[in-house]
Amino acid sequence: MNRNGKKKMKRGLGVAYCTLIYLFLFLPIAVVAANSFNASTTKPYLSWKGFTLDWYVRLFDNGSLLEAFGNTMLIAAASTVLSTVIGTLGAVGMYRYKFRGKKTVDALLYIPVVIPEIVLGISLLTLFSRTGIPRGLFTLILAHTTFCIPYVIFNVRARLAGYDDSVEEASMDLGAGRVQTFLRITLPVLAPGIGGGALLAFTLSIDDVIISYFTNGQVSTFPLKVMESIKSGVSPDVNALSVLILTGTIAVVALTQSGLLKKKRN
Amino acid sequence: MKTEKKDMAAALPMVGPVTLWLLFFVALPLIFVAVISFCSIDQNYNIQFQFTLENYRRLFDASYLQIYAQSFLIAALTTVLCILLGYPFAFLIARTFPKRKAPLYMLVIIPFWTNSLIRIYGWRSFLGTNGWLNSLLQALHLTDTPVDFLFHQGTTVLGMVYCLFPFMVLPLYTAIEKLDQSLLEASSDLGAKGPVTFFRVVLPLTASGIFSGSIMVFIPCLGFFYVSDILGGGNADVIGNLIERQFQSGNNWPLGAALSIILIVITLLLVKLYQKCGGSMESLGV
Repeated sequence: MNRNGKKKMKRGLGVAYCTLIYLFLFLPIAVVAANSFNASTTKPYLSWKGFTLDWYVRLFDNGSLLEAFGNTMLIAAASTVLSTVIGTLGAVGMYRYKFRGKKTVDALLYIPVVIPEIVLGISLLTLFSRTGIPRGLFTLILAHTTFCIPYVIFNVRARLAGYDDSVEEASMDLGAGRVQTFLRITLPVLAPGIGGGALLAFTLSIDDVIISYFTNGQVSTFPLKVMESIKSGVSPDVNALSVLILTGTIAVVALTQSGLLKKKRN
Repeated sequence: MKTEKKDMAAALPMVGPVTLWLLFFVALPLIFVAVISFCSIDQNYNIQFQFTLENYRRLFDASYLQIYAQSFLIAALTTVLCILLGYPFAFLIARTFPKRKAPLYMLVIIPFWTNSLIRIYGWRSFLGTNGWLNSLLQALHLTDTPVDFLFHQGTTVLGMVYCLFPFMVLPLYTAIEKLDQSLLEASSDLGAKGPVTFFRVVLPLTASGIFSGSIMVFIPCLGFFYVSDILGGGNADVIGNLIERQFQSGNNWPLGAALSIILIVITLLLVKLYQKCGGSMESLGV
């Protein structure tokens, strides 16, 4: 075989290997999507009874599922805002200032990232129960903010790595105050890092199972609703909602990505 | 240019909130867990603040020791499989198809926008006795009776690999992308064959990616109780299942706390080992 043929074969093998990996990654999603169109109405809703779009309509009659989904979005929005504000301030502050206990803060930051989620979950459960904070939406937001903060900080930090703070000095020399300089100079420069961190925080929050499972009290979220229904068989309307969430996320990301590309071109 | 200043009045509003938050919601809860692990319980499962080592003694029960061993086996298998599957994959995306790496990389992330539980449930319905796989096998006459794929250690490992695969691919991809092409050319110019270049040049230079990926895969495996619940059906419990049971149905929080201390200690030891091998904490942040 000549050199060119060998190269082509190598490439072909590479394509085949990647295809197999993607099949593996997307297979369960195909199953979920297929189940959302299944006309079967008896538990566990697994044998194929023909194609239907009914579940996408009936989904909107399932009050408790919609409520859980609403909670998920509310918690994600609140914890994204909280963790983005606290994380951005913290990342800039830690980059710029020396202070006592900085090393401790830095070490604490890595705990939620490396420790198994269940440990963070039960430790927050213990805290809320011993200090008498009633578990519900409020504690879910506190818990989610806790595991999101480090990811926001890492994202902002990555952006700070190439940051030249003489522009800030210039701004102050020209008479701008500290707050004005932060809002008009620092924030715009860091925006991509902050945006990336916020997006990651939102994604982590809506997908969280383990930490919510220990801190929810009586309040349900979409992932917890799924967990609850797994024992008796996940009903197709849950699958339908999952398909809608995935489609929605892809649409949002595609829109923001294409928006960014356009900006770059200009 | 970066200048670190000492200015408490200016620093406080910036680093104050994050410091307080981490102290109150990360450090304090862990202290609570450590304290409770030395407490006893009364007949109604209420925590009594009475010092005992009983919870730690129970950690050495034979049935628990067996689960620890099983957890390690599952986590080790998952890590090795993630490396073996992920390394060539990351290499292909980063080096062989460099023009398409952005969309190819995105395709690894997209599945994670669907809730992980429902994807694991997707695997369960795929592998079940009346699932797609068995239907396919029967249609091809490869088997007459449905095969029991579910509820083994193997299916649990499959689920863990599935959930944690991107956490291996991401650091591998970063390490492989940084690889300097001229070094590979130099190696082959000096007469090294493909495998020699791989083991003597490529692998040592990308080892950092393998180390951080392994940390990000091995440690979560020990705690991932819902994967072993759904796919292992009680036959493939990990340490996380033991903890979950004590904080939910078992209602023995002090014992659950002592079990959590095991996970904390293992995490600390592995992270120390990782740093000893030259791993940097920054590359663990995803």
